[in-house]
Amino acid sequence: MNVASKPALGQATLDDRRLAKVSARDVDVFYGAKQALKSVSIDIRPNEVTALIGPSGCGKSTFLRCLNRMNDLIESCRVVGSIWLDGEDIYTSGLDPVQLRARVGMVFQKPNPFPKTIYDNVAYGPRIHGLSRSRAELDEIVMTSLEKAGLIDEVKDRLQEQGTGLSGGQQQRLCIARAIAVSPEVILMDEPCSALDPIATAKVEELIDELRQRYTIVIVTHSMQQAARVSQRTGFFHLGELVECGETEQIFTNPRHKLTQGYITGRFG
Amino acid sequence: MIDERTARRLARRHAAERRFKLYGMASVAVALAFLVALLVTIVGKGYTAFAQTEIAVEVSFDAGAVKEGDFAGLVKSALAARFPEVTARNEKRELFGLISSGADRVLRDMVRDDPGLIGQRRVVTLLASDDVDMVVKGHVTAESGRLNARQAEWLASLRQAGAVSLGFNTTFFTAGDSREPELAGVGGAVVGSLLAMVVTLCLAFPLGVATAVYLEEFAPKNRWTELIEVNINNLAAVPSIVFGLLGLALFLNFLNMPRSAPLVGGLVLTLMSLPVIIIASRAALKAVPPSIREAARGLGASRLQVVTHHVLPLAMPGILTGTIIATAHAIGETAPLLMIGMVAFIVDIPAGFLDPATVLPVQVYLWADSPERAFVERTSAAIMILLAFLAVMNLLAIVLRKKFERRW
Amino acid sequence: MQLLALVATLLLLSAVGFHLGRRRAAARSAAADRRPHSLPVYYGSYVALWSGLPALLVLLGWLAFEPVVVRSLVVDSLPPAARELPPERLGLLMNDVRNLAAGVVTSRDVDPDMAAAAETYLRLKRLGAVAVAVLSLAAAIGGLGLALRRVRPDLRARNAVEKLVERLLIGASTIAVFTTVGIVLSLLFESIRFFNAVPIHEFLFGLEWSPQTAIRSDQVGSSGAFGAVPLFAGTFLISLIAMAVAMPVGLFAAIYMAEYAPRRLRAIIKPLLEVLAGIPTVVYGFFAALTVAPFLRDAGTILGLSVSSESALAAGVVMGIMIIPYVSSIADDVITAVPRSLREASLGLGATRSETIRQVVVPAALPGIVGGLLLAVSRAIGETMIVVMAAGMAANLTANPFETVTTVTVQIVTLLVGDQEFDSPKTLAAFALGLVLFLVTLALNVAALQVVKRFREQYD
Repeated sequence: MNVASKPALGQATLDDRRLAKVSARDVDVFYGAKQALKSVSIDIRPNEVTALIGPSGCGKSTFLRCLNRMNDLIESCRVVGSIWLDGEDIYTSGLDPVQLRARVGMVFQKPNPFPKTIYDNVAYGPRIHGLSRSRAELDEIVMTSLEKAGLIDEVKDRLQEQGTGLSGGQQQRLCIARAIAVSPEVILMDEPCSALDPIATAKVEELIDELRQRYTIVIVTHSMQQAARVSQRTGFFHLGELVECGETEQIFTNPRHKLTQGYITGRFG
Repeated sequence: MIDERTARRLARRHAAERRFKLYGMASVAVALAFLVALLVTIVGKGYTAFAQTEIAVEVSFDAGAVKEGDFAGLVKSALAARFPEVTARNEKRELFGLISSGADRVLRDMVRDDPGLIGQRRVVTLLASDDVDMVVKGHVTAESGRLNARQAEWLASLRQAGAVSLGFNTTFFTAGDSREPELAGVGGAVVGSLLAMVVTLCLAFPLGVATAVYLEEFAPKNRWTELIEVNINNLAAVPSIVFGLLGLALFLNFLNMPRSAPLVGGLVLTLMSLPVIIIASRAALKAVPPSIREAARGLGASRLQVVTHHVLPLAMPGILTGTIIATAHAIGETAPLLMIGMVAFIVDIPAGFLDPATVLPVQVYLWADSPERAFVERTSAAIMILLAFLAVMNLLAIVLRKKFERRW
Repeated sequence: MQLLALVATLLLLSAVGFHLGRRRAAARSAAADRRPHSLPVYYGSYVALWSGLPALLVLLGWLAFEPVVVRSLVVDSLPPAARELPPERLGLLMNDVRNLAAGVVTSRDVDPDMAAAAETYLRLKRLGAVAVAVLSLAAAIGGLGLALRRVRPDLRARNAVEKLVERLLIGASTIAVFTTVGIVLSLLFESIRFFNAVPIHEFLFGLEWSPQTAIRSDQVGSSGAFGAVPLFAGTFLISLIAMAVAMPVGLFAAIYMAEYAPRRLRAIIKPLLEVLAGIPTVVYGFFAALTVAPFLRDAGTILGLSVSSESALAAGVVMGIMIIPYVSSIADDVITAVPRSLREASLGLGATRSETIRQVVVPAALPGIVGGLLLAVSRAIGETMIVVMAAGMAANLTANPFETVTTVTVQIVTLLVGDQEFDSPKTLAAFALGLVLFLVTLALNVAALQVVKRFREQYD
């Protein structure tokens, strides 16, 4: 903490952090006495997919959960440093995490649809945030969200069936539709395909690429191929530090750090 | 950034959040407040029962009266000597009412222990009657209580002379039940409870553990074992009074066992606590990881050896904890024991498993029903003893669990 | 005491058997110069079990059937006139015989027949005691000798012992079934006798309950009405009040503990709430009668309501408090069993905690919660002491919580406590009520356990 870590290699940060969609500076995270993140600084650029890779326990998920303050829910967790969303510090006491999470949506590792109907799953967010004034408007939101999530053709005749009855891949796309329905600006994805089969994974990856048009996406992934396929920029975490960050192509073809190279060539991980 | 509509909505949502959390805290507070109110009431009403009003009077151990065994007469003449102005017959009766009708026993014991007392005069502290006791302890004022004006006057004069004192109430711990509150004690009920507990423990523990071991370690998964399981789960939730009816029909009417006996009470409580012990023991056995069984089996141990050498010792703390808690629950049980006649008025302290007896909770029930004001504090005090006993048992269970707790 | 001495002797014989078995196994295998099949301890156990178990069975059989056998023998010895008596009268007569034999003063003059019967009774008792001692000792020694002769190095003692132990375990596990069978049979048997006297439809649908059957037929109110509807209604009313207290408080307490309370606070609150479940019901009853009922009555007077001093409200409220921990601990369990991922999904969408709880967690936990509530209702219906002490005896058919009502359990206690002839419809009615109580709570329990089980399977 008192020792300022050296900044990550590559272009992790912009010169003017206000240009970034999400900007983190010197973020430390502690679980009780244990430090999980050490001085992470990174800028996430708008309308790009940023992939965070690294071996298990390297802190990439922890960092992701800082971006919508999901770490607040863990009693012993403490976050130091600053994280900005559109130039606004999200860790000031005045900021409402509830409002923040409406702007920064999240998709989890395991598909976790609510034990409700498909319709109610997607309508959940708009309902709690009061995004619609009428039933018709809500229908509209649900349908467009399902459409954007590429699920509409598969479920349009069974909106009143349980969301838990869908296949794994469909469930995950339902969760994405659920996140989209709140019209977030940023979508965080925590290993969204790790529980899916290859075909479902391909569909979700395709979807992520489409979503890039409208949303800023941060994705944590175990699979380097996936990072290479879907992301424009990649950050490599190791032991709680952001080692290197840059254009995905550059990271995978010409890593600057020995650790990065070791990881992407499969020498550890 | 946030428009006004959203801001208002957010404020409303956060208000709802705070309200919701408040309901939760209020519910916990209500439950705990009740617990506190209950304990405070019981202790507040009951602690005075551990002291007892005594009145010091000078008794002359008249040889003639001692010979005839008329110790009550000694008490009376002592009182009459203290208040020589009282002569009328009914007034005298009122005067004697200040002292407990059981006070003469003290004199008898004194003479038995020291025959040299005969013919001498001694100041003896005698047990006051419950009506006096209540006034002295301040539970009732001299006017509102059952003492009449004259009695109150005598009492005042005795108090002025410093003859009235509060002593530790040993009778309460040693005596059996009595119609006179000042002579009534929980001794008989405590012994009855202990006897019934011994029966319950001796039967329910081995049977419960055996059943749990069978179901968990030996039983094949088939219809019959499933039936047993469903049975046990349901029995655990059958109202206790139904077990009382079973005891009445089976043990008393069919097997002709004696009424009011701790043995029968213990049997009923055994049947009642058995399912609970089985369920707790099974949970403890389940918590032993299969790897240990596999390791032992792999070394060629038989199934029984695996159980007796490895699984049971590891599960024992859990089993004991469950057994203690179930037994504690059984000790506090009242309703089924009413069915098998343990409500009888029993003065003697039971000496065996077949003697008529009552148990502590039933004693509480009996006293709670008595009209005398003095029984209120005794009921509360009996409850304090009962709760203290249960607390000790539960603490024991907690200590056991904490000491031997093992995480796999 | 004789019995204790006998049991001690039998145990001693078993111990001797154990020792002899071990010694013999060692000696014989040394003589034959081969390793015994099992460890010495199994040969000892083998002999001990063979010597102890048959004797114990003899003893238990005697304990169970001695009273019945002696009774029928004594009845046979009675003069024919006495034998023809109706069963209740005969029972009373037998009581007198027993009392006479025990040297207690009887309720009637001692006639020679009775004295003779008492004599027979005593003689049979003594004979029985001697017989059982001889029989069980013979069984023990016989078993010991037989088993000892079979101890040889090739005897598979371990297998034999284990087989036997497993049989014993199976035996123990059937007790639960026998208990249920016993409950059902005893309730059913007495209930059928009751329904012979009082038609079942009158019992189930009758609106008047006054079980005072008169001793003389010309007494007032001798009819003895056994319409149980007021009792069912009273039970229902009090349970309803109890649930009205326990359900919101228990659920919110569970939600607070599972979702809001910091871990340390939870570690304090949870056991404290469970203390409420550990307090004997008789204590609640005392508290209800002594404190809560007068308090409600006075409060009612201030508000201009007439609250009976044995109101359904007082009993119901206190019962509700008693049930809180049952509701809260089951609800706590099922709420914590709801996967965290669902909570995170909701919170990640920007829901507040309470929105998450109300719209995601509770609906997901609903089956488990419903199961817990059903169990709590079953508790409330079967609860006895609180209502015996705080609710009344008067069988009013009313929905007014300020009035006195009575319940099924209260009536069972009142009908059976005190000295009664066992065969009068009055006492038999208690068993009919017990049967209804058993069936209703059984149905609730089965339903609750099913619901909870299905809930657990969903998230396992």
